[in-house]
Amino acid sequence: MSITAKNISKHFGATLALDNVSLDVTDGHLVALVGPSGSGKTTLLRILAGLENADRDSGSIHFHDEEVTHASVRDRRVGMVFQHYALFRHMTVAKNIAFGLRVRRRSERPSKAEIDQRVEELLGLVQLEGYGNRLPGQLSGGQRQRVALARALAVQPRILLLDEPFGALDAKVRKDLRRWLRQFHEQIGLTTVFVTHDQEEALELADEVVVMRNAAIEQVGSPQEVFDYPESPFVIEFMGNVNQVTHGLHNLPVQGEDALYVRPHDIEILDAKAEPTGIEARVQHIFSAGSVGRVSLARTSTNEIFEAEVPRSELDRLALQPGQTVGLRFRHIRLFKKDAAGKQSLVETDAAEAIGAGK
Amino acid sequence: MTQHATATAPKTPRRSKKRGSVLPGFTPTMGFTIAYLSLIVLIPLSTVFLKTAGMSWAEFVEAGFSTRVLAAYKLTFGTAFLAALVNAVFGLLLAWVLVRYRFPGRRLIDGMVDLPFALPTAVAGIALTAIYSRNGWMGSWLEDLGIKVAYTPIGITIALIFIGLPFVVRTLQPVIEEIDVELEEAAATLGAGRWTIFRKVLFPTFFPALLTGFALAFARGIGEYGSVVFISGNMPMRTEIAPLLIVTKLEQYDYMGATAIALVMLVISFFLLLAINLLQRWSSQRIGHS
Amino acid sequence: MAGNTSTLHGRAAKAVAGKSGPHGSNTPLRYLLIGIALAFLLLFLFMPLASIFAEAFRKGAGAYFESFDDPAAIHAIKLTLIVAAISVPLNAVFGLAGSWAIAKYEFKGKSFLTTLIDLPFAVSPVIAGLIYILMFGAHGWFGPWLNQHDIQIVFAVPGIVLATLFVTFPFVARELIPVMQAQGNDEEYAALTLGASGWQTFRLVTLPNVKWPLFYGVILCNARAMGEFGAVSVVSGHIREMTNTMPLHVEILYNEYNFVAAFATASALALVALFTLALKSFIEWRAASAQKFREGERLPDNTPLHQTS
Repeated sequence: MSITAKNISKHFGATLALDNVSLDVTDGHLVALVGPSGSGKTTLLRILAGLENADRDSGSIHFHDEEVTHASVRDRRVGMVFQHYALFRHMTVAKNIAFGLRVRRRSERPSKAEIDQRVEELLGLVQLEGYGNRLPGQLSGGQRQRVALARALAVQPRILLLDEPFGALDAKVRKDLRRWLRQFHEQIGLTTVFVTHDQEEALELADEVVVMRNAAIEQVGSPQEVFDYPESPFVIEFMGNVNQVTHGLHNLPVQGEDALYVRPHDIEILDAKAEPTGIEARVQHIFSAGSVGRVSLARTSTNEIFEAEVPRSELDRLALQPGQTVGLRFRHIRLFKKDAAGKQSLVETDAAEAIGAGK
Repeated sequence: MTQHATATAPKTPRRSKKRGSVLPGFTPTMGFTIAYLSLIVLIPLSTVFLKTAGMSWAEFVEAGFSTRVLAAYKLTFGTAFLAALVNAVFGLLLAWVLVRYRFPGRRLIDGMVDLPFALPTAVAGIALTAIYSRNGWMGSWLEDLGIKVAYTPIGITIALIFIGLPFVVRTLQPVIEEIDVELEEAAATLGAGRWTIFRKVLFPTFFPALLTGFALAFARGIGEYGSVVFISGNMPMRTEIAPLLIVTKLEQYDYMGATAIALVMLVISFFLLLAINLLQRWSSQRIGHS
Repeated sequence: MAGNTSTLHGRAAKAVAGKSGPHGSNTPLRYLLIGIALAFLLLFLFMPLASIFAEAFRKGAGAYFESFDDPAAIHAIKLTLIVAAISVPLNAVFGLAGSWAIAKYEFKGKSFLTTLIDLPFAVSPVIAGLIYILMFGAHGWFGPWLNQHDIQIVFAVPGIVLATLFVTFPFVARELIPVMQAQGNDEEYAALTLGASGWQTFRLVTLPNVKWPLFYGVILCNARAMGEFGAVSVVSGHIREMTNTMPLHVEILYNEYNFVAAFATASALALVALFTLALKSFIEWRAASAQKFREGERLPDNTPLHQTS
């Protein structure tokens, strides 16, 4: 089921949490709301769920073509997985999952046998067969997360909403569960929106990424688009590591509020044995204990520090030494210029060879 | 998927009435709470203020501050203060022993500390009187030493010590539990002696809680009636506490007199309640959680 | 203000966080401190308790049990039970409603309202009685009207119930508010998204989560309701076989120098108090172990996730 939110605003007291935000989610997509804390992503999710009401005079929310702007939480039929799972602590796993079916009006309530069967199916779906009689307190974090998911799915929701689904998990479990959730989503095909503050999670998991900042949406696009074609300095800085070139380049000067960026993996260290060409820099540190090598470099003319990511094989070939002077080439740069309306937008994405020369 | 997120003209911020308003039941539960609170507590309490408002100033002073009443205040506050002080010292000791040391019967004693909360005050009153009267377990022995407890201010103080003890212990226990043993160990490695550690490291940590416990015991002490009336002897000017004076005046149908004293006591209680609230805030800030 | 800091919530949480095992060396100071503490308790706590039973049995078991074979005593017991049976459930219902309203929502004046709920703890029991006399007594606000309609509140059972309601007012609410606040609203929200009604949410989710603190508040409320003396004394009028509760009966017997009967009745009340303390310890133990169970060890993630593709 598609979701259409139009012009949603929300105040908490005098604080603006959402400023006229609009969002479309295509049926069956897995969408990430990503942004720093306080950007309004969780508020947007809770408004979609009906757990918060948007400001009275703000816009509308539709699920497919049904307006749900003023529908109660009960009537929205959304599946919600809370950040800390919100499992009913005094009920067994099976009772938790069955809850949504048990509270239905008698006329709509499935029989006990049907409920039991549905619970078994769901336990199988989240790979927790045999855990039905445990209490939430007897489960690990990842298991609780999956019980919460099964509980949300039991009522056959129209959309699934997840608030920081991996926030409370260990790094290892988080990675496993992330991959599993992606496959799970493909398996059930339910329109899903999740909130995260982790850009890596958003890029890896989502069909579409919604970057939020200061109560508004900054950019929407596929992970590729958002990463490669950021529409603002904020997006490029938030979505992955980046070096800002504050002093500009000789053939691309930076003026006023222009912002010039280069991603670490777009910095090429030229072979040091040859005569140094390109942007001259001094090697400061070499971090080779990782899947890629990282080199921290100080630009000779300005003392700006750049971080470069270099494949390990390349690093071995270069045989860099701290203190050594090298030449750099930026494969791709991103320049944001302020336009007349005061909005900084991307004017250049690929300066390639042109920037090679010069100090 | 499209989106549009341009800033529009700033709207006047509107206060959302309450967070979590999607949870049903606010209006009925709040309505019931306010109504019940008003009926049982607030409206009845207001009678004291309204009744006093109907008196002239001279009448009020005459009823609320006559020599006999002043003697009663002095006795009430004096004994309550002394009892709270004794409780502060021994309550601190008891809380420390219960938290830090393991010994047989500790759990039983920990549970029994609440006895004064659970035991009806009248029962405590007659029990203490029996112990401290001339032929009681303690009384006969103290009599030989020339100390008279029952029917004297000492007796009143003892009753108030009994009543107030749990307040100090229960306020201090969580705070002492919170103190990291490493703190003391660190002080010890720095060469501090036991007394210095207590004075410079421990005492400042639980001082706010100690003060709170003292204030709670004091507040309870000044209003106490049941446990005191039996042991006090109730002699005007000598062992007559203020709550008893209220009862005496009521029995003589002197409503004005009773109400005037009640007003003075209420105002003091309210200030104590306020002070205790502030103290508790201070105390919880000290131990690092709200 | 009774038990301001000894709510179940605080006690159970501390039991989890509390330090375990002995530490510190076995110094003489340690034994000295334990010794002083025990001596103080013996003098101020255990001796009064023991004296109740000693005085009650002074003339043997026969005299003891005879004390209860008195219409006035039986009536006092009945009245005490009736008063508790009315006031405890009323204050429990209030406690649930009040804690729901205060803990589950954000609104202005919340801490002021919480303080107002604590107010009866700060008021002398005697004043608690006085205010109902000023309201319903012969010269009170409603006195003439009540007199006209032949309704007796003061010096009758309704007055005793009202005074008891006042002094036991905060017990249940103050146990529930911190627990509900600590538990937050997420489980309730989850129930709503799963289609539960407000009432279902309360009954199936909230109530089971607060059952121990509720029970805790109720037994403390009950102990005070059965034992209240000052407030009830003022409004009762001490009419034998009419408005005498057990504590008032104790007073009358004592003032008549009928010490054995007075202490026998007192011993019954002391047993109620001891039973309350035992239950209280049991609940604290239950709540602490439940909390340990919920928050203590989190099992490792040991179920492998099968990537199905």
